[in-house]
Amino acid sequence: MINKCFDNIKEAIKDIKSGDSILIGGFGECGVPLELIDAIADSNIKELTIISNNAGIADRGIAKLLQAKMVKKIIGSYPRSLDSYVVDDLYKKELIELEVIPQGTFVERIRAAGAGLGGFYTLVGVGTMMAEGKEIKIIEGKEYIFEKPLRGNVALIKAYKADRWGNLVYKKTARNFNPVMATAADLVIAEVDEIVELGELDPEDIVTPGIFVDRIYQCKKVYDDLLQNVYVKKHQMKNK
Amino acid sequence: MSNFKPLNKKQIAWRAAQDIVDGSVINLGIGIPTFISDYVNPGIEVIYHTENGMLGMGPNPKREEEDFYLQNASKELVTIVKGGSYFDSAVSFTMMRGGHLDIVFLGSFQVSEEGDIANWSTGDRSMVPSVGGAMDLVVGCSDVRVLMQHCTKNNKPRLLKRCTYPLTAKKVVKKIYTDLAVIDVISSGLLVKEILEGLTFEKLQNLTEAKLMFDKNCKILKAPAT
Repeated sequence: MINKCFDNIKEAIKDIKSGDSILIGGFGECGVPLELIDAIADSNIKELTIISNNAGIADRGIAKLLQAKMVKKIIGSYPRSLDSYVVDDLYKKELIELEVIPQGTFVERIRAAGAGLGGFYTLVGVGTMMAEGKEIKIIEGKEYIFEKPLRGNVALIKAYKADRWGNLVYKKTARNFNPVMATAADLVIAEVDEIVELGELDPEDIVTPGIFVDRIYQCKKVYDDLLQNVYVKKHQMKNK
Repeated sequence: MSNFKPLNKKQIAWRAAQDIVDGSVINLGIGIPTFISDYVNPGIEVIYHTENGMLGMGPNPKREEEDFYLQNASKELVTIVKGGSYFDSAVSFTMMRGGHLDIVFLGSFQVSEEGDIANWSTGDRSMVPSVGGAMDLVVGCSDVRVLMQHCTKNNKPRLLKRCTYPLTAKKVVKKIYTDLAVIDVISSGLLVKEILEGLTFEKLQNLTEAKLMFDKNCKILKAPAT
């Protein structure tokens, strides 16, 4: 019988090692597997490369790994935010290596890795500092730059519902990088709000087929109220 | 003493909104463009794209209807309209890079007379570098429009012969809306289509480093009070 569900979060993350590259889903804080990240922050692993669009907000998510000095490098597209004081500080003190990639190139490099492709040529970044050191090719009269695939040892995914085969559906804009990242790592762990019986997810609705997912952890929803309150408050302040 | 009153940010957005046609699929960048949706003719249907993964982005949520799971690319709470859809980031950037959006409206620090744009970095090394979707948005869309103030706070021109900040992309901007003028980027340079009431061609050129051409049917730029 196939059962990818883990009740114990420590068991779910136990094969992540020091020196691993970890893909982490989410845009801002929407769709970030915060409980899996907390479990890593409680472990002893270090020297991680984090591959994620952002670099944590306030002291949550990736910011927690940064504070615990577990991260040597961040690869992403938009590490800065209004409340990214942890990464801001490390960057100023030159205590973190940062690689910043245009967002579409970032996700496409991950997609290429997951799809078994050796990279791709893109118009994005031509004539800018993003083209420095990259192969240039003229295709049908236009200049393109070559981008390599980007893969992780581990991917941490946030989804809405899963079944024991690892099929996933997502919630609204929390989908973002998650389905692509789920294809591009050796070990894919999904934090989900709810595990349902096999057959309950409509095959027409499944976004990530279970083949891409190794482990499922049903989270305790410890951040749900906090995030809703923080974002609603911010919204109401701005639109007063 | 100059006898002209520059448009405010909302008036710049109002002016840009007047050029949107029925059925357009649009992405609104951070800054002045975020006001555009307030001024689109309510009689037309426009679809808003947000690069974190939604088509059919709707207005601000009402009280009690705010939902953490419904955000735009600025990480603000939004809504979704009937007919809207969610998708992953690879699909979202396929829409952008693949030329499926009709118009992209962006803020910018600088634009050159060839339509180069510098809007992601001022080169300040103390700031964490962050490019996001800026570069992807401008290369795929055939109709990139910039909304910005004509000059910086220190009255330095933003319309330059060459951008001095790190480039976002080369030769992509098609139209520029500022607080002083509406300008088309054409193969021979910058063509002023509208100029603020009370402002002379000479004065506008003095506030612009790039060489301006003036359309022979150049109109007066006006916007209602906002």
